[in-house]
Amino acid sequence: MERPAVKDNHMEQQGNRARKVVKPHVVEEWVGKVYTAICILVLVVTIGAIVYFVSSRGLTTFIKDGVSLSGLLGGLKWDPEADIPLYGALPFIFGSFSTSLLAALIAAPLGVCAAVFMTQIMPGIGKRILQPVIELLAGIPSVVFGFVGLSVIVPALRSIFPGQGIGIAAGAIVLSLMILPTITTIATDALAGLSAGLKEGSYALGATRWQTIYRIVIPTTLPALLTGVVLGMSRAFGEALAVQMVIGNSPHIPHSLFESASTLTSVITLDMGNTVMGSAHNNALWSLALILLAMTFVFVFVVRFLERRKNR
Amino acid sequence: MSAKTADRIATGVIYAVSALIVVILAGLLGYIIFRGIGHISWHFLTSAPQTIKAGGGIGPQLFNSLFLLVLTLIITIPLGLGAGIYMSEYAKAGRLTDTIRLIVEVLSSFPSIVIGLFGLLVIVNLFGLGFSLFSGALALTVFNLPLMVRITEQALRGVPREQKEASLALGLSRWKTITSVMLPIATPAIVTGTILAAGRVFGEAAALLFTAGMSSPRLDFTNWNPLDERSPLNPFRPAETLAVHIWKINSEGLAPDASQIAAGASAVLIIMVLVFNFGARWFGRYLHRKFTATK
Repeated sequence: MERPAVKDNHMEQQGNRARKVVKPHVVEEWVGKVYTAICILVLVVTIGAIVYFVSSRGLTTFIKDGVSLSGLLGGLKWDPEADIPLYGALPFIFGSFSTSLLAALIAAPLGVCAAVFMTQIMPGIGKRILQPVIELLAGIPSVVFGFVGLSVIVPALRSIFPGQGIGIAAGAIVLSLMILPTITTIATDALAGLSAGLKEGSYALGATRWQTIYRIVIPTTLPALLTGVVLGMSRAFGEALAVQMVIGNSPHIPHSLFESASTLTSVITLDMGNTVMGSAHNNALWSLALILLAMTFVFVFVVRFLERRKNR
Repeated sequence: MSAKTADRIATGVIYAVSALIVVILAGLLGYIIFRGIGHISWHFLTSAPQTIKAGGGIGPQLFNSLFLLVLTLIITIPLGLGAGIYMSEYAKAGRLTDTIRLIVEVLSSFPSIVIGLFGLLVIVNLFGLGFSLFSGALALTVFNLPLMVRITEQALRGVPREQKEASLALGLSRWKTITSVMLPIATPAIVTGTILAAGRVFGEAAALLFTAGMSSPRLDFTNWNPLDERSPLNPFRPAETLAVHIWKINSEGLAPDASQIAAGASAVLIIMVLVFNFGARWFGRYLHRKFTATK
């Protein structure tokens, strides 16, 4: 061993001193990094687990119970407890799409009008009255919407239109109230972010306020407005209890908007507790949940697409 | 039609729609509160529900809702803060961050019933926790976490850049800067957001149907041993919350006064949500004043 031990020792001491100065910082930094990374990891693992577990159960219907995909998606008759069980989920898919589309059709004009009011017409009153109103509306729990739907909207529809009052129309009205805040908030943000120059240019050319709004403001912010509508639809599509309470829950495609119907969420809510885990009926319900999950991804990607359009 | 007439008509329509929205909310709140307020009494708020007789209350349900909220926040806040800090401070621009952002977005748009089903499959059955408050709290955490992450991230992004840089320039580590400089400044925004999120959790029912369960065992409110089966503090007992109770009596209530109970319970729920809403605003403003010495 001819290496200069003294020098080595000296260097080590220096290193030690340097490490001592750095150490608490490094440790602190690592604590922060590891802690936040674990939190993110929990998020990622959770979503992975949701997708994995729901798909694995949802696919059992096709693998073990021998139901074909087209049979499930296109079948008109849902009768899982019959001697020859039938798993046609089209009535539910139809119910989900029609209620959420109708809800978006009702809520979109209202929400955009409210946004225009808050940003273009009366920002003062808009900020002080309309915005808190929208925020409160967003905070009302879905069961309360369902309760009001059941005790106000359903009787009202029953007295005006033929039928029981329950059905797609009642569901769509309740849902439209629930998604109004989503659409309004996003539309307001989009309109408020519009550069003033565009509007001023339009006014300088002699356009009226309305002409400016529907020729300039709305077309320029259209992708953002649509984002809001799609997000609202996505919320309506996944809403369970409020819809279940007012839609009537009969498993077929209704002939009118005022006839009892079902959605994917309503049938899951009602039947999941009454079936045995692992039975064919139960597996079919998981397949419906898988459809809900898949639609969530579709909605998210549509939103992403629209946002890319917006940024261009 | 001249452009001016069109302008006037359109403005009128927009005014009318905005007024309509205000009227709808006022009508909704007014209807729920006025229909329910007559049924709210001390007895109603504290006694146990009856299955087939009239005169049942919502005492255990109200307690369960509040207890579940506390449990959920205990789990959600540390996780949400950590993930939010990562997204705003540690995440580097790139594919990984984009993916994580997408994941948070997807998670926040999952229907709550799907989260409830996931809870049933994994938390209740696979982990063997059964229908319990703890399962419910975990499901609500999944439901609430993306919101919490977004709230934290936005609050931290709102911190003035100069203060962060000054702290880093003084030689503090990044983590120390975050915990001692940035978090205090962001606290008002985080607290406001958390209370608003708590209001949402308080009214959530779909995710709880298959996790916290739809029944409540007889509770003995004099027994505060958290390990006892009949103790209200036991987190491993099934617990029906207020929102779930409203849903249940509306769809399968047998008591003769079911509709009054539903009305009363809805009024209580709405009043709590209003308290959360106004409380959040007030508390956020108060904290802001306290922390920044502005008026």
